[in-house]
Amino acid sequence: MLGTSEPMNRRIISSLIVSSLMCAAGYAALFIAPDERTMHDAQRIFYFHLPSWLAMFLALFVSVFGNISYLFTRKQAYDWLGVAGAELGVVCCTIGLVTGPLWGKPAWGIWWTWDARLTTTFLLWLLYIAYLLLRSMVEEADRRARISAVFGIFAFLDVPLVYVSNRFWRTQHPTPVFFGGPNAGVDPTMGKVVLLCFAAMVAVMTVLLLNRYHLERLRCEVSLLTSEAESHDLDRQSRLAREHV
Amino acid sequence: MRNFPYLLAAWIAVWVVFFLYQISLSRRFSQLLDEIKRLKERLR
Repeated sequence: MLGTSEPMNRRIISSLIVSSLMCAAGYAALFIAPDERTMHDAQRIFYFHLPSWLAMFLALFVSVFGNISYLFTRKQAYDWLGVAGAELGVVCCTIGLVTGPLWGKPAWGIWWTWDARLTTTFLLWLLYIAYLLLRSMVEEADRRARISAVFGIFAFLDVPLVYVSNRFWRTQHPTPVFFGGPNAGVDPTMGKVVLLCFAAMVAVMTVLLLNRYHLERLRCEVSLLTSEAESHDLDRQSRLAREHV
Repeated sequence: MRNFPYLLAAWIAVWVVFFLYQISLSRRFSQLLDEIKRLKERLR
């Protein structure tokens, strides 16, 4: 998956850690976490739904850090970090948007409703899709990095809105179980399982983020080699022309 | 086992999203590595 330069043992160790965390999280979510009295098995969706949102927030923080740092330093590495975080954010957001309705249907009786939490989240997904589309439309690297950094910061403005949406407004979506006020909270076993699932999700996300970053670095290498090859071809053509004369 | 189909669907959805993303990354990696190989040969 990664380039040939990465040491093999590092890849094996990281794969082992991620796989074991995922297996442990899956087992804990399905067999260790206690059964919820009203929703039963559907409530176990919580163990991938919540960690996917937390991982998304983390990925988008990485992205906006890359965007802001790029605008200050103009270092390409920050642009790569920005796009890697944004793409992973979209992946985690997609998981959240798919698992949410699958939990909502048995819990609320509806798949979807346009309440503040769901709408701001859907908007966030659309904004980051737009960010990725925007990048694919600009050819020149510096211009692409600059425009997408500005757009990335603008898109990130929706993140705090998503976070506060079910705290400030009455929504179909329940109020947060963590940091949600005096009545919030979950069973201690559920809390531990969710923490484990979050660790697994973050581990997967980190591996994918590093891969995506590496991909962008390779893309930069390709564009450098392309311009080098073009000038090389021009040199050869002029040399041949001189020899001909 | 009440509401199990929803749990199963969500479980599958998570894996499908990760799997598709992994495939997309691998495809882009191999395209770029091929391109690098081709360009290095052109520069030789």
